[in-house]
Amino acid sequence: MTHSGMPHRLGDEPAPDGAGDAPEAPPWRPPWPRRDGHRLPLRTRMAMRIGGAVAWLSQALQMGQGAMIGGRLMLALDPGALRRLSQGRLTVLVTGTNGKTTTTAMLAAALSELGEVASNSSGANMPGGLVTALAQSPEAPLAVLEVDEGYFPSVAATVRPGVAVLLNLSRDQIDRVGEVSRTERAIRDALHTLDGVTAVVNCDDALMTSAARDVAHPVWVSVGSTWQETAARCPRCGQPVTTDAAGDGAGWGCACGFESPRPQWTLDGTEIITPEGGRVPLELRLPGRVNARNAAMAVAAAVTLGVPVDAAVSRVGSLAEVAGRYRTVRLGTHRVRLLLAKNPAGWAETLDLLAGSRDPVVIAVNAREADGRDTSWLWDVPFERLRGRSVVASGERATDLAVRLTYADVPHVRLPEPWWAVEMLRPGHVDLVANYTAFRELVIRC
Amino acid sequence: MSQPSRVRVALVLPELLGTYGDRGNATVLVQRLRWRSIDAEMIEVSGDTPVPADCDIYVIGGGEDIAQLAAVRWLQAHPGLQQAVGRGAVVLAVCAGFQILGTSFAGTDGAMHSGLGLFDAITRPLSRRAIGEIVVEPAPGLGIRSLTGFENHGGATQLGPGAAPLGRVVTGIGNGFDGAEGVVQGRIVGTYLHGPVLARNPDLADLLLTWATGRTLDPLSLEETETLRQERLQHARAR
Ligand SMILES: [Zn+2]
Repeated sequence: MTHSGMPHRLGDEPAPDGAGDAPEAPPWRPPWPRRDGHRLPLRTRMAMRIGGAVAWLSQALQMGQGAMIGGRLMLALDPGALRRLSQGRLTVLVTGTNGKTTTTAMLAAALSELGEVASNSSGANMPGGLVTALAQSPEAPLAVLEVDEGYFPSVAATVRPGVAVLLNLSRDQIDRVGEVSRTERAIRDALHTLDGVTAVVNCDDALMTSAARDVAHPVWVSVGSTWQETAARCPRCGQPVTTDAAGDGAGWGCACGFESPRPQWTLDGTEIITPEGGRVPLELRLPGRVNARNAAMAVAAAVTLGVPVDAAVSRVGSLAEVAGRYRTVRLGTHRVRLLLAKNPAGWAETLDLLAGSRDPVVIAVNAREADGRDTSWLWDVPFERLRGRSVVASGERATDLAVRLTYADVPHVRLPEPWWAVEMLRPGHVDLVANYTAFRELVIRC
Repeated sequence: MSQPSRVRVALVLPELLGTYGDRGNATVLVQRLRWRSIDAEMIEVSGDTPVPADCDIYVIGGGEDIAQLAAVRWLQAHPGLQQAVGRGAVVLAVCAGFQILGTSFAGTDGAMHSGLGLFDAITRPLSRRAIGEIVVEPAPGLGIRSLTGFENHGGATQLGPGAAPLGRVVTGIGNGFDGAEGVVQGRIVGTYLHGPVLARNPDLADLLLTWATGRTLDPLSLEETETLRQERLQHARAR
């Protein structure tokens, strides 16, 4: 089966002339048949059953990562499981360094306006996690999958997505994923082989724009420039990228001719400007500018797939937490807000978010394989901005962080166990910021 | 240089060669001077101004291949660094920065490119990328303790007769030739160690500062840095 019968909003057809006078779009109907689980080959069905049992068992034993273990086993039993489980659905892949999990959750919420959505909402974003998510919702006609940027090419070749949502690329876990320019090149090549794919792209990110430059159906979304250090150079030639005088991300270019495309969607403060020029306020329960950016990407993708813009904005706005992130939990006399920051770009956003308060901060840093084994990135985070606050260095690499804080002139104590760190602080509100595997452990235990 | 009133530490092209946290080396140098009440200043040298020739220490970091080529072209066109070396400035070059200061290095295009020629060293591709913790026993004449770092590179660097290794590899890959790691040539030090290398190895930081200031520095031992060294050295030896 192919995805040739796309919803009418897909593709690069221009918006109807005189959009204001146009009749309402007809109620949306999925152009693909409902999935029928019985048509899956016996081998895949058996693999689904065994993999599901293992995922349940590993969760029951509090081993964590149930999603990953079950899916990995399923793939071992049936290497074609990912392809077979994604057949017959319209699949959206969401990738990028930062914001994948939140954007995926937002988009899945918006698309549930149309029908059941399979999604790896836990953030398990490698092939095993994708298989688990698809197997859990075998009937869902839609799938929204967060994919690790390094795995995007192989996953895209397997699931043949109808839509790719491309957020941003910056260095992260560089010893595992490799250099970002290579990642960009690999995503670009992968998109090239997907006929008819629609790419919803953050066009303020030069690397993702470069990756999507030649796709047949681009939807460019301007969400404002974020942390630009990695992209300060043209991904095509290495010369400096210049932004316009305002420097607000409303356009950039390079002497070689590579430049930002004209966006169809624009995030302007807390409003999004639609392709028709309408302004729709975002009312988000999730905090910070970073989530306004994630929401703009999710809304643009959802509307491209046929969700009315008001419904998309409303569903995206009602999301209060994502895979445990932003959740506030009670621990004795403390209220602890859980935040994830796993690289300098994520930390730049997190420091903005923290700037509004004087509450104590516990920072948990691990350096397992999924985090990247090298903690050098801590020196690219301006922790100097935490001066004057109570800070606890925590996590398996608390000592690496403590040395960084010392050189940043940020007084701190060091305590590797994050929950103990919270308990030793004065009662009240605490922000607990953790990187990837440290965060995963926190969420399992609360 | 004798006792400059204010020590100037140049961070060279961080937007090109700043992929692995190596800006931390400049942070460490400046702070270790300030904590000893020596006036110090960090100067970020970016691609819109020529490299100043009058700084006391130059710190260059690692970066991706396309950035590495852009950086070497720019440093060849604006030779402030080479002029500074000519009058005895101290240089710490890490990873891609180490490679481009040699006589030549291989790019991802497979071609050899000429470097700045400040080291007698040639870098060719390593058969398999070197990634992981590394421990180095420094050359005895340097008078510093074992070096710990994290290496992540695809270059094999062969030193010529004009250059001496920074040390010998205990665990890890390093230069990929003769068990050597890094280079020392005059007051220029090259290494593959990230971490950043000066955060994990305060002895090396103070050695560079001694060269740059011509002073004997007061001892400065940080308990957390010592703990970090123990943790990383134990971890590497356990493997
Ligand atoms: Zn260019």
